[in-house]
Amino acid sequence: MAVEQKIAEVIETSNSEFLAECYDLDSVPALGSMVRTKGKGCQIYGIVYTSATHSIEPGRRIAARGKAAASEADVFKANPQLAKLLCSDFKVLVVGHSPDKAIYQYLPPSPASIYSFVYACSPVEVKQFTQSLNFLNLIIESRSTVAPDEVIAAFLRYASLTHPAPEEFLVKAGKELAWTLSNDIRRLDSILKRLQP
Amino acid sequence: MTENEKANVRLGTVIYGSLTQGVHVKLDPARSVEDVTVGRYVAIQGEKKRFFGMITDISLEAVDPRAMVMPPDISDPFIAKVVCGTTTYGKLSVLPMLTISGIAGDTEGPQPAKTVPPHFAGVELASQSDVEMVFGKEDKQRFYVGTPLDMETRICLDMEELVKRSNGVFGKSGTGKTFLTRLLLIGMLQKSRTTSLIFDMHNEYGWEGTSEKDHKVKGLKQLFPGKVAVFSLDEKYDQRRKVKSDFVVKIGYDEIEPEDMQMLRSVLNLTDLAVQAVYELARHFGDDKWLQSALDLFDSGDKEFASNHDIAESTWKNLLRGLRMLQRFKFLVPHAPENTVTTILEYISHGKSVVLQFGGYDDIAAYVLVANLLTRRIYDRYREMVDIATSADTKKPDQLVITIEEAHRFLSPEISSQTIFGKIAREMRKYNVTMLVIDQRPSGIDEEVMSQLGTKITCLLDNEKDVDTVLTGVSGKSELKAVLSKLESKQQALIFGHALPMPVVVKVREYGSADSYKELGPTSSGEKAHKTDGLDDLWG
Repeated sequence: MAVEQKIAEVIETSNSEFLAECYDLDSVPALGSMVRTKGKGCQIYGIVYTSATHSIEPGRRIAARGKAAASEADVFKANPQLAKLLCSDFKVLVVGHSPDKAIYQYLPPSPASIYSFVYACSPVEVKQFTQSLNFLNLIIESRSTVAPDEVIAAFLRYASLTHPAPEEFLVKAGKELAWTLSNDIRRLDSILKRLQP
Repeated sequence: MTENEKANVRLGTVIYGSLTQGVHVKLDPARSVEDVTVGRYVAIQGEKKRFFGMITDISLEAVDPRAMVMPPDISDPFIAKVVCGTTTYGKLSVLPMLTISGIAGDTEGPQPAKTVPPHFAGVELASQSDVEMVFGKEDKQRFYVGTPLDMETRICLDMEELVKRSNGVFGKSGTGKTFLTRLLLIGMLQKSRTTSLIFDMHNEYGWEGTSEKDHKVKGLKQLFPGKVAVFSLDEKYDQRRKVKSDFVVKIGYDEIEPEDMQMLRSVLNLTDLAVQAVYELARHFGDDKWLQSALDLFDSGDKEFASNHDIAESTWKNLLRGLRMLQRFKFLVPHAPENTVTTILEYISHGKSVVLQFGGYDDIAAYVLVANLLTRRIYDRYREMVDIATSADTKKPDQLVITIEEAHRFLSPEISSQTIFGKIAREMRKYNVTMLVIDQRPSGIDEEVMSQLGTKITCLLDNEKDVDTVLTGVSGKSELKAVLSKLESKQQALIFGHALPMPVVVKVREYGSADSYKELGPTSSGEKAHKTDGLDDLWG
């Protein structure tokens, strides 16, 4: 088995979500992708719900530097210090954990450990995790993200590709959403419209 | 093969309901409302009992009423697939009718359901074994009449049980009443010790009848040559059809009694006063001579009798016209050479059923006259026989089933209390005589008589009044009404009542093909000897 490539490190953590900083600038995982990290005695699974690249100092604003540059890459060439002054991070909504082989689609007893490494989940892991879809309401009910519907749609689109019959998976997921959103047909409709690739 | 050949096809879950209104079942998302039909049987597995019921209605529902006014974009097939069964779903109304068994090992037979299955009990299409448990298997007494909708299981009627009470076959014209009746009569011959007397107005039961597709189908005599005798009113018709009847019926004027005229009042267009005049004539000349005497009076133009008895001229003329109509019937003769009633009873006492064919006399007046006249006398004799057997403690005569068509002519509310048929329907069960009434306008039949019918077999009816009449007094009437009005116009019938544990819609078994005859012949070895392929030549 290939050695797993860590992509980030947890720098802020709570029971329901964590913030992870990428090792490389501008290399955040895609919106709605699934990542894994460590908690106390368990693996914690989460879905990326937002990501950002910003100055490492909160008080220091980034200024535009490319007026004389021919291309965007030239900006970094001319200012090599930028890679050290900027950072990329992403926020992850915790959707499940696995203390042993079994996967539980509810919040772990304790948050992800600080400084624990974050790995992108492989398609096999995603497929395994999405055998059950009970976690969807954790995202629907989430107050942290401004666009939970986008996150759900992005994740399901991605997850469907890990299944042998993507459309069947999407219908199953859609039905799960329909149960949860039975009192909000408009919202259901808008998510469903985003589910198709 | 249909899908429910595979055992336990799950349909959905019970969500709410009541014993009287039926339970409501939410259809599983995987099932389409189009897969289920009204009238199908389902089994509901409760915690302690297994319920057996029938689908009585199918509806479309939505978890949120807003979904119906502002539906999701179902033009997108993906969205349509998702919302079907979740946001919107199908709902079945199921009437639990019986509990068929408890937990494994319980061998109790079907019992009327006295409670409902619990919330979220699983609902399945009834399996073959469920249906067999309810309706029984074909055996010495049970006759296979048809199959439930979309199933191959045989629905059987307990013929011994069926004939103990009067029964009715109803349905619009052309819905298969005759075929159904023929099957029932065969069932009686095959599976019970009953003899039948059939007043065959349209010559359909004794010899060949024709199916709607215009091919010939065998009659009872051809299938049971040793057990059926064909009596005929019309020799000429027999000659034309090359049919050999066992007996030609002649009825003497002396056999017609004033009560018979009472029955004929409406068909002969007689006034009440004219009927009174008949009684007057009978009082004067005697019950057996009044008709001959009246005809003599008319022939001689003698009006003295009328004036002596205060009979108005118009009444006299009305009666004259009526009696002249009767005279047209060639089977009416001043004196009959043989007594028909005695002959019929002789055949019946030997266990032979009698089909009385009316030949060319398909006039309702002839039918009412003959059926009423013969039945009344047979009733008297049968009653006498039963009384004697009871007092001597000997074997009572076998059950007799009298089959009449156009039953509303005999059993309408105005006359049913006076006619013999009304009496048989009401009380003759005790004397081992019951009726099989066939009619297309059940609403014309007296309510009291209808209520006494044990088992009712009804093909499609679409007149509101007829449907109401047929279903009077049945539990789950409104549900059955929906089922009845949705019957196909051919080969389907709703059967309910005494001989069955619960109402059932059947696709009536096939009759008329060479294969069908194989199973419809006699079952006893003695009868089988008669049944050869050359039968038609023998009788034809």
